[in-house]
Amino acid sequence: MYGKGLRTLSIATVVAFATSLALVFFYAPLEADQGFLQKIFYVHVPLAIVSLCGFLLGGLLAIQHLRTRDPRWDMRSYVIIHTSLIFAIGTLITGSIWAKGSWGHWWVWSEPTLVSFLIVFLLYATYQPLRFAIEDPERQARYASVFAITSGAFVPMNFIAVRLSTAYVHPRVLGGTSNLPGPMALTFVVSVAAMALLFATLCKYELTAKHTRAQMRALRRRLAGEGDSPRRTRSAVPSSHAHGTVTARVAGGARP
Amino acid sequence: MSGLATKQPRSARAVREQPMLSTVAALLRKELLVELRTLESVPAMTLFAVATFVVFHFALNRGNVEGDLAAGILWVTLLFAGILGINRLFVADDEQGGFDAFLLAPVDRSAMLFAKVLTLLAYLVALELVAVPAFALLLLAPPLGHALPDLLITLALGDIGVAVVGTLVAALAVRTRARDLLGPLLGLPLLVPVVIGAARASSPLLTVGHTGVPAARWLLTLALYDLVFGLITFALFDFLLED
Repeated sequence: MYGKGLRTLSIATVVAFATSLALVFFYAPLEADQGFLQKIFYVHVPLAIVSLCGFLLGGLLAIQHLRTRDPRWDMRSYVIIHTSLIFAIGTLITGSIWAKGSWGHWWVWSEPTLVSFLIVFLLYATYQPLRFAIEDPERQARYASVFAITSGAFVPMNFIAVRLSTAYVHPRVLGGTSNLPGPMALTFVVSVAAMALLFATLCKYELTAKHTRAQMRALRRRLAGEGDSPRRTRSAVPSSHAHGTVTARVAGGARP
Repeated sequence: MSGLATKQPRSARAVREQPMLSTVAALLRKELLVELRTLESVPAMTLFAVATFVVFHFALNRGNVEGDLAAGILWVTLLFAGILGINRLFVADDEQGGFDAFLLAPVDRSAMLFAKVLTLLAYLVALELVAVPAFALLLLAPPLGHALPDLLITLALGDIGVAVVGTLVAALAVRTRARDLLGPLLGLPLLVPVVIGAARASSPLLTVGHTGVPAARWLLTLALYDLVFGLITFALFDFLLED
């Protein structure tokens, strides 16, 4: 059930990424001011947009988890947040490279988006330590959801505060799509779509992997005999709820 | 007549459930009494703050500071001292069965949130009663006189933010294995907007001649932050108290 559509999604991602890279290198014109360096914009900004949306989505899924108490929502929230965290690292690295290229410094405090991103990244970096410091799976899911909602609301607040705090803002040549010339805007939109597809594929892969692992463990336990006490490993904690449901499903399926 | 009809269920409910205000008052009294008897948090926070000023003096090699630097030192010190209090906020409840006793009582669970926020607020006020005069005495170049009312507003808005977020973070961290680590780790990034708003607002007040007043947008930012996180904490706190 988790693996359904994974192949289509993967192929769509590869095609979209190939298209977007082709557009970036062969179609989009060179920017007059920054030249070739500006091409990193087609990686950096989509990464940032997708990871921010992922953080917000993780918060929304966490709300859904607290409302329904269905551990699957928590698992989705967990996977999305942690993939977003990886994308956020990518954003910080590409942003840093861009800053070095265009302003000569690896880090500029006067660029509010980059600074906000660092703060958001630092906050979300504590998501996993918090999660894995709680043993009880139900409480772990609940606390993680509370964290995800708080941080999801923190993201826009933080952007406002940091943007206000920067006395002057660098001229934003490439703010939104509205002030971009046509070919650049098209390339940008395709890049964002490709990045979003990549994000979705990665999340789906991880969810499928977690689901399969839980299923494997349940089956193995059944082979070893039901009497064995369930073992809980540290890395598999989020999937241990799913694993309860899977055991139930397998046991239910076996009955005539 | 209609007034009587609406009053009826309310009073019936009051028989079953303690009214919120008296629950909060009882919890707050308990917290302050425990703190008065054990003196676990506030003395440590104030000592920490004063020691930090001394450390700043040597680290920056300055006899006195003003402006942005003064505001930064003041707020970083208050924040770190506050984190000491945040770390201890729920420890007694966790270790000595306070949570269980509270959950057994037929009271609204948000009462604990309000009581804890007020407790933390009281700790912060107590801290500032010592730390701000100490700061003015040890490090601050301009006299504090005229700027005091504006500074008090900034301190109050900043304190509410720290108290609200601190309570949420403390409740999140206290029942984990690494609570002493997770509290500050979660709290610092969440409180960055408070530091931004509070430090920028107090910076003109701590400048020599203090002609400036705090820009309204910083006080507004602080107030907005307090409001948003107050609502979030209120909405989410119950989920942390379920078992």
